[in-house]
Amino acid sequence: MIPAQHPQTSFWNDTGKTGIASWIFSTDHKRIGLLYFYSTFGFFLVGVLLGLLLRLELMAPGRTIMGAATYNAVFTVHGVTMIFLFILPGLPGGFGNLIMPIQVGARDVAFPRLNLLSWWLYIIGAAIVLVSLFTGGGPPDTGWTFYVPFSARTGTNVTLAVFGVFIIGFSAILTGLNFITTIHRLRAVGMTWGRLPLFTWSLYATAWVQVLATPILAITLALIMAERTLGTGLFDPTRGGDPIMFQHLFWIYSHPAVYIMILPAMGVVSDIIPVFSRKPIFGYKMIAFSSLAIAAAGSLVWGHHMYTSGMSDTAVLVFSFLTFIVAIPSAIKVFNWVSTLYKGSISLEAPMLFALSFILLFSIGGLSGLILGAAATDVHVHDTHFVVGHFHYVMFGGTGFAFFAAMHYWLPKFYGRRYAEKPAIVAWALMFTGFNILYFTMQVLGMQGMPRRYYDYLPEFATLNLVSTIGSWILAVGLVIMLVNLFRGLWWGAPFTGNPWGGASLEWSIPTPPPTENFLEEPVVTHGPYEFASLKNDGTV
Amino acid sequence: MTHHPDKDYAGAKLGMWLFLFTEIILFGGLFLLYAVYLRSYPQEFAAAGGQLNWIMGAANTVILLTSSLCAAMAVTAVQRDEPRRAAALIGGTILCAAGFMVIKYFEWSAKIGHGIYPGSEHLKAGAAGESVFFSLYFLTTGIHGLHVLIGAALLGWIAVKVKGGRVNGGDYILLENGALYWHLVDLIWIFIFPLYYLVL
Repeated sequence: MIPAQHPQTSFWNDTGKTGIASWIFSTDHKRIGLLYFYSTFGFFLVGVLLGLLLRLELMAPGRTIMGAATYNAVFTVHGVTMIFLFILPGLPGGFGNLIMPIQVGARDVAFPRLNLLSWWLYIIGAAIVLVSLFTGGGPPDTGWTFYVPFSARTGTNVTLAVFGVFIIGFSAILTGLNFITTIHRLRAVGMTWGRLPLFTWSLYATAWVQVLATPILAITLALIMAERTLGTGLFDPTRGGDPIMFQHLFWIYSHPAVYIMILPAMGVVSDIIPVFSRKPIFGYKMIAFSSLAIAAAGSLVWGHHMYTSGMSDTAVLVFSFLTFIVAIPSAIKVFNWVSTLYKGSISLEAPMLFALSFILLFSIGGLSGLILGAAATDVHVHDTHFVVGHFHYVMFGGTGFAFFAAMHYWLPKFYGRRYAEKPAIVAWALMFTGFNILYFTMQVLGMQGMPRRYYDYLPEFATLNLVSTIGSWILAVGLVIMLVNLFRGLWWGAPFTGNPWGGASLEWSIPTPPPTENFLEEPVVTHGPYEFASLKNDGTV
Repeated sequence: MTHHPDKDYAGAKLGMWLFLFTEIILFGGLFLLYAVYLRSYPQEFAAAGGQLNWIMGAANTVILLTSSLCAAMAVTAVQRDEPRRAAALIGGTILCAAGFMVIKYFEWSAKIGHGIYPGSEHLKAGAAGESVFFSLYFLTTGIHGLHVLIGAALLGWIAVKVKGGRVNGGDYILLENGALYWHLVDLIWIFIFPLYYLVL
């Protein structure tokens, strides 16, 4: 795993331990961060492969490469993998672990051993999910939402898969409480709340959602297991239960979970845009505040997933109203990013291109979210490809692209080597183009009435589905170029030392790659994270 | 490392309190179902709740409150560097936990003996609201019982450390957090008892 020939000693080798055990049992937040990064990113690639298969099936009407039952299993496993194994743990577990302790000026997180346990729980949960695919009744076919009554009755291996996700939930809770405690307790001298980098602020808001929402997922999944194994009948109408209650419980967690996925991504973008605009962030306080506002308001809008489920009209109205409230803090962020760009000295390097495309793609996804948040329009596009297009714009175009931005921006810091710029930009252009062809057509298809979660469709949808599938290939080609370029660069590329991006937050003030203890001496913070005027002429902080 | 982050007392307590929030919310999901279904089936809930033995429930409440008292006194004893007394008090807590589980066992087996358990034919034949009530009852008290077992095991492990002197007057955060967890287990029962045994 060690990159070739580091110029100086660092966390890769300064403890004298480099074997596999020194990684998988390490309590160093940087090693755990890389473990998280590689394991979650590995599952991302599995999810991409499954997604490509889904698109291949939908390339033409009728059966193309798989039948209905296989298709159901593939979209379920695609969703479970992407959501529970990649997006939810990816940014907090990966880049949160790598960056956050350094940004607050700490040697490690507050509970390093608990941090290691989090990763192990994640791996054990993921392994259980994997086992569930090949044992019992085969891979679950319920969709990632595990809706009853189907999830209580299907013969596929739902119980085991749900148990795996249950374990992963524990891992998220432990990461969340670890990060909150770290940010409260381990900030360096002079690191006031007003000087926290916005990525750390976003992780702070995320951590609260992880702590307060995930237990509801745990109990909901436990109830599915009880429903299947004990026959509790709590969601079975013939026994007095109410299936709508399952949907409430599920979305009380899963809607806030959407903010676990997007908030850290917003933090990445808030950190990258000022650096590549050579200009302090516009509206620091409002961006930090809006992260907390999104976390709070986002916990009260779960019902907008259930407009067609048979809730009362009053509930629909209230949830619709609250949903529109969440748009305000989200828009605050977008406007502040754009204002940061205004009159900046913009440098279009790879991290910046990914961050800029985040703004555009997230805005498209966010605005289409308002169409879904308004009950009157939602009933027309509910459960169509419009919804699929919407959440891929937010989750992939948003969080995914921010993840790629973070990979280009921060990974060189930990390897001391960097990727080549030109192929990175080619890869970005291909991915951005392919992405829009792939998902914008889905939104159009949804408007025309194509439902989601069917392997077959009416002939009039054939052309756009073909276009969408071609988009998925362009995206995949871009992704392969990006990965080859990035990882070849990290291992064998040009040296990356000092502060080449010109960042002013603490991670750019320490050696590259960082030593195990992060800081050579206890840091004393005297300026904010975006005060670039404080940089010395040689770029050091 | 001279100041190991683990020795940050306020930090360790903050982490524990955050964890306790998650436990409350976990049970919160079950209480939410209780609230909604109580509104749907007030009569069936009243009839089913009347079948629970409130004397056993009250006995368990007293037992758990006593156990919490022992846990709190154990913390004070450790602060005063009285490890033997502290270990004995933790032993008292664990004894109470065992007593709680024994009473629970008799309660559950009486119900199961009458054919009342989740998915039973008896409940399927009866009123729908009654089946919902007992499913919730078994799930809530079952998950709570699991927490009692985990808490008792945790305290047992800490008691060994108290005896060995690794948890002492200068470093007792482990016991304090363990006792906090135990108070949470107690607190949740304080909600379960009236909701299932008394108010219906």
